[in-house]
Amino acid sequence: MQEHKNTAVESEPAGFPWKQVIGLILSLALTFLALWIAVGLSLPVHVTLTLIVGLAVIQALIQLFMFMHVLEGTDTSHQILGLIFGIFVAFAMVAGTLWIMYFTL
Amino acid sequence: MAASTLTESEKRKNMPLEYSTEEGDLRIVGFWIFLAAELVLFSTLFATYLVLQSHTAGAPTAKDLFKINPVMAETIVLLVSSFTCGLGTLELRRHNTKGLIAWLVVTVILGLAFIGLEANEFYSYAVHEGAPLSSSAFLSGFFILLGTHGAHVTLGIFWVTAIIIQLAQRGITAVTARKAFMVGLYWHFLDVVWIFIFTAVYLTGLVI
Repeated sequence: MQEHKNTAVESEPAGFPWKQVIGLILSLALTFLALWIAVGLSLPVHVTLTLIVGLAVIQALIQLFMFMHVLEGTDTSHQILGLIFGIFVAFAMVAGTLWIMYFTL
Repeated sequence: MAASTLTESEKRKNMPLEYSTEEGDLRIVGFWIFLAAELVLFSTLFATYLVLQSHTAGAPTAKDLFKINPVMAETIVLLVSSFTCGLGTLELRRHNTKGLIAWLVVTVILGLAFIGLEANEFYSYAVHEGAPLSSSAFLSGFFILLGTHGAHVTLGIFWVTAIIIQLAQRGITAVTARKAFMVGLYWHFLDVVWIFIFTAVYLTGLVI
């Protein structure tokens, strides 16, 4: 315990972990909402797909901000830029592939 | 230069323990870059799967194979494990070693439950339904995408276990705090990937 006595302060106050519990409830609610939209409703396929992908993106953002503390650090610009670049390449890969292959499917 | 170094270290004094050294701070930034690269890896597998989804070659299709209950069980177990891992990070911030270890142990148990459910699902497809990896392009894409995610979760189980052992031996220090925080990031990232597998593979398979 000696070696970190003078370093960082305890940063989370005691008490009920509201942020984490709300994150969990939102994740579960969005998961069941997506299931209900896909299985329970009979919307046109493209409407269903748009809605469930939108819900997945919201859920990813919940993980990112409520559990992964993406905005923390002494200089967050590097990790945010790296992440945005990763998301951009992932999106270009998936959307680009589907767009090109759409003509042959 | 000296002034800016001072402000950086002044800033670090008010940050959680895992950011308290320059090394820890930089390693966490580096880990975010690694996660961004992992995102790209999974995006190639998603792109492949989505293209091959309709190429079922007479073998069982997504609609034949996927069942809602086991998929929801896997999803809920992984979502809750991400929550317990988040509570571990909270206890880390409170410098509560026992609380941190307890939540990480719960996370490992939930991770094992997830792998068990997934192995059972793979086994029933490959053996009972006659739909192994080699039977169609759709099933190759399916098993490679989900297998890669499952392999990551398995690695995560070993990694969290190793961190639990280190925390039990050394307590929460600037180094173990950084390691516990990083393995937490990894675990939450795998949950994010699963959310997209749930949406793009299972729900889409049930709809199309």
